[in-house]
Amino acid sequence: MPNFFIDNPDIQFHFTNIDLKEVVSLMEDDYEQSKEFNYAPINYEDAQENYRKVLEVTGDIAGNYVAPRSAGIDHDGATFSEGKVTYAEGTQHNMHELSQTDLMGLILPRKYGGLNFPFVYYMMSVEVMARADASLMNIFGLQDIGDTIRKFGNEDQRLEFLPKMATGEHTGAMVLTEPDAGSDLQAVKMHAYQNDQGQWLLRGVKRFITNGNAQVLLVLARSEAGTKDGRGLSLFVCNGGPTVVIRRIENKLGIHGSPTCEMQFNDTPAQLVGVRRYGLIKYVLDLMFRARMGVSGQALGISQAAYEEALKYARARRQFGKAIAEIPMVSNMLIDMRVMLESNRSLFYSVAKWVDEKERIDDQIEKLKAEGKSTVEETARLKQLTKIANLLTPITKYTLTESANKITYDALQIHGGTGYMKEFRVEQLARDARITNIYEGTSQLQIVAAAGGTINDVLGYHFDECETKVYKGGLTKLSDHLKEIRQLFLQSLKYVVEKKDIGFQEVASIDLVQMYSYLYIGYLLLAEAEIEPRKVFIANRYIVHSLANARKNSEAIRSELFGDLLHADKILQ
Amino acid sequence: MHNSIVLVKQVPDTSNISGKVMKDDGTVNRSKLSAIFNFEDKVALEFALQIKDECGGKVTAVTMGPPRASDILRECLYMGADEAFLITDRKFAGADTLATSYVLAEAIKKIGSYSFIFAGRQAIDGDTAQVGPQTAEKLNIPQITYAEEIIGVSDDRVKVKKKIDGGFEILESRLPVMITVLKDAAQPRPFSAKRVMAYKGAKSLLELEKMAEGNSLLYVDKLVYEYKNRSLFIPTLTAEDLQIDFARCGVKGSPTKVYAIESVVLSGNDPERIENSRQGMNSLIDKLLEDRILG
Repeated sequence: MPNFFIDNPDIQFHFTNIDLKEVVSLMEDDYEQSKEFNYAPINYEDAQENYRKVLEVTGDIAGNYVAPRSAGIDHDGATFSEGKVTYAEGTQHNMHELSQTDLMGLILPRKYGGLNFPFVYYMMSVEVMARADASLMNIFGLQDIGDTIRKFGNEDQRLEFLPKMATGEHTGAMVLTEPDAGSDLQAVKMHAYQNDQGQWLLRGVKRFITNGNAQVLLVLARSEAGTKDGRGLSLFVCNGGPTVVIRRIENKLGIHGSPTCEMQFNDTPAQLVGVRRYGLIKYVLDLMFRARMGVSGQALGISQAAYEEALKYARARRQFGKAIAEIPMVSNMLIDMRVMLESNRSLFYSVAKWVDEKERIDDQIEKLKAEGKSTVEETARLKQLTKIANLLTPITKYTLTESANKITYDALQIHGGTGYMKEFRVEQLARDARITNIYEGTSQLQIVAAAGGTINDVLGYHFDECETKVYKGGLTKLSDHLKEIRQLFLQSLKYVVEKKDIGFQEVASIDLVQMYSYLYIGYLLLAEAEIEPRKVFIANRYIVHSLANARKNSEAIRSELFGDLLHADKILQ
Repeated sequence: MHNSIVLVKQVPDTSNISGKVMKDDGTVNRSKLSAIFNFEDKVALEFALQIKDECGGKVTAVTMGPPRASDILRECLYMGADEAFLITDRKFAGADTLATSYVLAEAIKKIGSYSFIFAGRQAIDGDTAQVGPQTAEKLNIPQITYAEEIIGVSDDRVKVKKKIDGGFEILESRLPVMITVLKDAAQPRPFSAKRVMAYKGAKSLLELEKMAEGNSLLYVDKLVYEYKNRSLFIPTLTAEDLQIDFARCGVKGSPTKVYAIESVVLSGNDPERIENSRQGMNSLIDKLLEDRILG
């Protein structure tokens, strides 16, 4: 009876140490909701007890129901016939149980049938679920669509769409990408127009739409004829139905359980969400924070699964008269994987908390505005939180999804030839991981997104503070290493800025962003090492490794490793 | 509408045995074992919940056990049971199947009307498979054991697929009926998150008494009142509440005595190879007749 929440001491560590008092108090209206709902908490301790117990339910579903079906889902895949998409049988069972357990409405407010959970614990559920089956995350993890309707839709839309999403009867899809608008969403062409009665209609083609067969579709479309950029795009919500034709589903490398659809909208009636022209520049960008985190959680869950497969195999497989886990080169790989996992998890939950705070302040501002009260203080706070989220959510996605590829690759390597065969789960995990650093913004786009905050040294004040702290015992050496990394970063940054070469800066920002992430994660791990002795090992390997990497990063910049970009034509001739 | 009563039991987790698990008197030392929900009883609850989903009605879980058995009653509430009764008394301790079924039957009479009583085929600690059938006998209702599937339910009848050696039987019974189920008959549904949050604080009388320790008895009444009001009270029935014959309860009412538990490993010796021919077959039959395995 494996429970994927209870059996993971590192998740438990984060569960115990995350302090969400402020977030929860805001979400629960100072615990007033308990008067109306028997499942609402009466205080923070009660709320934590709720979160723990529900995460235990999630861990049970993941370990005992979903995980055993994953190989079957990978084998069967979602299928397409006569215009209809059918989930794999295992996925259908998974969805049935997610509905039975009320887990499809984790973050929606109670008045729409949801559980009103903080974002952090939604992310924990995503990690736990993705470890069991990565492809299920692409349905389970689309709860943000409901959240977007809650945030930006009107009350009629909330009442129309949210209750059925909370019960799991309806699922959602984010319908953004088009054949000529992938990474560059500003180029979206899908036509939105109003008929004589003022009804909005959508016409056009969308591609690579995850779960496009969903009942609730959030569609980005060009509502302002004649415009060419993001400012002419609005967000719409509609149900599927006869005017939405699914033309095909993709035949993919991994996440076979998740149908990826090509869709044609033939004058589909739709409702405008929020305000015209805000579709991309406000709503989709807002959604992106949470979507990046969702995919990061998926990557983390896959990584955890792969690491466990590798460890289990390395301990069982005997060569040269001993378990291969005892061979130094193999145990070193396993340690690297474990350190990567734990440092990534620290980053993930720390950033999830930032996003949670940002979301709650956002809600708080709306509430205060409705009450006609001043929002000066909250708006200033939101501005700061948005800056941090703008920097750290892409760093998280970049780091966790690249790691997932590395960890699944190494886990397969540890299996040797057997890992290449279908009989072992690690082969599937390696395929499933491969999409995570591509969709919801490629790694390269995450670097671009994080570059601004990095170059402006948004966390400078935070690192200043960390540097003045005195760390106990052996941690002093590590905090000195972090100071050195910071100097390397600042010198490299200065070099890049003074060079005033946009192309050079774009490539160099990979190194800069990496160095910045070492600092942020390094200080998180130092703080953890102070409260949990075992974490000293994790902090030590991570920071020592990061120092070596930072020297490499800064050397690459200052030796103008990519100064030859100018000659790309000749080199690539 | 069909009300169901489900008999559930908290059992020692026999997959994790350590230390001295049997007392000198031959009863199980439960404090040495972690306790879990007997799996087949969870399947029985799933059957009852499916009847409720289809026909409406109420599902009531019942357990006889020590105070900590409230743990599995809360789990019943998490899965969807409407009410859960704890039958508990020191006088019930050490009961065999005869005494247990007596108390359960008496409790069921108190609890109210029902169309179905569901129970797991057997508990993993005693492995007797007797409590369900004996309870049915004492209530004077029909019983179907080893159920694999409910095929159909009408107002006053049920059709059930029952496992037998080498196949199955389809049986029809009038209601009310006792049905004991097999572990593969259904997959118990997971807990509902909302119900977990709503009922995590549900408490039996004994648990409330413990909470009130050091306070006056009036304080217990106040707690009971408060928990009932919030639908968080697990009704608790003692020997006194049931007005039953104490001589038929617990150790006193239990003729069964366990003297020892031994791990018996069956092993074969002197294997004999028999040719795949008519002659070989004949000699095999002769041999089996000789050993009184056949005939």
